[in-house]
Amino acid sequence: MIVQGIAFYVFAALLVASGVMVISARNPVHSVLYLVLAFFQAAGLCVLLGAEFIAMILVIVYVGAVAVLFLFVVMMLDINFRELRAGALQYLPIGGLIGLILLAELAAVLGGWIIAPAAQKAASAPVAAMGGATNTEQLGQLIYTHYVYLFQASGIVLLIAMIGAIVLTLRQREGVRKQNVGSQLARRREDVVAIRKVPTGEGV
Amino acid sequence: MEIGLGHYLTVSAIIFTLGVLGIFLNRKNVIIILMSIEMMLLAVNLNLVSFSVFLNDLVGQVFSMIILTVAAAEAAIGLAILVVYFRNRGSIRVEDINLMRG
Repeated sequence: MIVQGIAFYVFAALLVASGVMVISARNPVHSVLYLVLAFFQAAGLCVLLGAEFIAMILVIVYVGAVAVLFLFVVMMLDINFRELRAGALQYLPIGGLIGLILLAELAAVLGGWIIAPAAQKAASAPVAAMGGATNTEQLGQLIYTHYVYLFQASGIVLLIAMIGAIVLTLRQREGVRKQNVGSQLARRREDVVAIRKVPTGEGV
Repeated sequence: MEIGLGHYLTVSAIIFTLGVLGIFLNRKNVIIILMSIEMMLLAVNLNLVSFSVFLNDLVGQVFSMIILTVAAAEAAIGLAILVVYFRNRGSIRVEDINLMRG
C-alpha cells in the first residue's frame, strides 16, 4: 500500500510539474517534450489505477502519434516563437484569476461530494460480472459486443480525420517536373525515334 | 496513506486548470493552445478512468477510448489547418487570423 502511495505521489507531482512546463516553456519544442512526459505520467497513473489497456493506448496514441505530430509541425514551420511569446505575461493576472476560480470550484465539488450507494449497483458493465479476466480482455468483451457501433463510429471519425488532413495539406505545385510513369510506359518507338538516311557529305 | 478517488480527481482537476491557464497565457501561439487542449482532454480521460475503476464500471474506460479517438482526430485536423494557414499567410499569430472578420 505504501508503495502505491509513493508511486501515486511521484506520478502526480511529475504530471503537474510537466503540465506547468508545457504552458510556460519558452521553446515550443521543449513544450512538446514536456507534453510527452505528462502523457507518460498519466499512463503511469492509469497503470496504478488498474486500467492497463488505457495506459498503453495513452502511450501509443498520445506519445506515438499526437505528440510526434506536434513535434513535426513545430519543427517544420519557420516561426519566430520569441515574437509569439511577447506580452504573454500581460494575460497572467486574468488567466491566473480564472484558473484560481476554476480550481476553487473544482475543489468545492471534490470536497462536498460523496458517491451515492445506489451508484455501485447502477453500473451497466460491472467489472465483477466479467470474471477474473484481465482489463484488456474485459474491455474487448465490452467493445466488440455492446459498444460495437460506437467502436465502428470512432473508426469512421478517424478515417474522416485522415481524409480531411490529406485533402487539406496535399497541394499541386506548378512548375515541378515529376515522373509520369503512365506516359513513360505509353511511349512507342515510332513516336520518338526517326531513322533518316543521310546522304554522304550533305548533313541532315 | 490510502489513495482514493479524491486524489486522482484532484490531479486531473489541476491538469485541467493548467490547460485553461495555458490557453490564456499563450494567446498568440496556436500550437501551444492546441497542446493545452490536449492536456485538458487528458485530464478528462483521467477523470473517466478513475471513476470507472472506483465505481467498478468498465463503461468509463470505453468512453475514455472514444475521447482519445476524438483527441487524435482533432489534433490531426487542427495541425493540418495550421500548416495550410502558415503556407498561405506565413504566420500563425492568432491576431492575424481575421479573414472572416470575426
